[in-house]
Amino acid sequence: MNEGPYTHQASDSAYHFTAAALRAGHEIVRVFFYHDGVNNGTRLSVPPQDDRNVSERWSELANEHGVELILCVAAAQRRGLLDEDEAKRAGKDSNNMAPGFQISGLGQLIDAGIQADRLVVFGD
Amino acid sequence: MATKKFLYVNRTAPHGSIYAQESLEVVLIAAAFEQDVSLAFIDDGVYQLMQNQDTSGIGSKNFSPTYKALGDYDVSKIYVEQESLELRGLGKDDLMPLTYEDEDDDWAEKDSIHVVSSKELAEIIDQQDVILNF
Repeated sequence: MNEGPYTHQASDSAYHFTAAALRAGHEIVRVFFYHDGVNNGTRLSVPPQDDRNVSERWSELANEHGVELILCVAAAQRRGLLDEDEAKRAGKDSNNMAPGFQISGLGQLIDAGIQADRLVVFGD
Repeated sequence: MATKKFLYVNRTAPHGSIYAQESLEVVLIAAAFEQDVSLAFIDDGVYQLMQNQDTSGIGSKNFSPTYKALGDYDVSKIYVEQESLELRGLGKDDLMPLTYEDEDDDWAEKDSIHVVSSKELAEIIDQQDVILNF
């Protein structure tokens, strides 16, 4: 997942694809967020009430189906997406990771490519 | 661990967006997984391999020297689309030389860059297990 929420449809498409694949009985190895895609992992976004909440929707998917949501650590650090540990390590006064998201390395992307039958990229 | 054919498709200029730089980061990390790796450069992606890049005017990091390390990471299949070069008035001489040492040929230094037609590249893409687009 290579694009942030709202500016591009890519995140919506990735979400709908993942949800549909789960409904059809497929296994999702993981969802890996890279480039601006890491912005999907913030818990501080406050979209208008009549709009969808992209990051909350991902969190629900993780909560209901145990889908692994991984943010690339280097991409996340560049863009200010920090969990509690990363925030402490970097000496920041806050963290903003949404529930169900985890920070890990690019190796998780390659590992998923090896494990899965199909790797699907969403982005521009 | 299973070995798969991974192809990284690079379509964007080295600067103007972060895709080129973060693609290279994936390729270097992925080297540790000992997969069968190829890189393709198409469209503005061919600019990533230009010689003598200088980013001092835009204040961005010049990460182009890193491509020269690819050979040390066993990345030796680098495909550049002929049509993309021609459309931009470029030839192979405009690209930085990228080489690797062939362990099956007494460590002879060989050229990693292969300029291929769009049709040949389509066949290469068709042979892959995993394709990552940047």
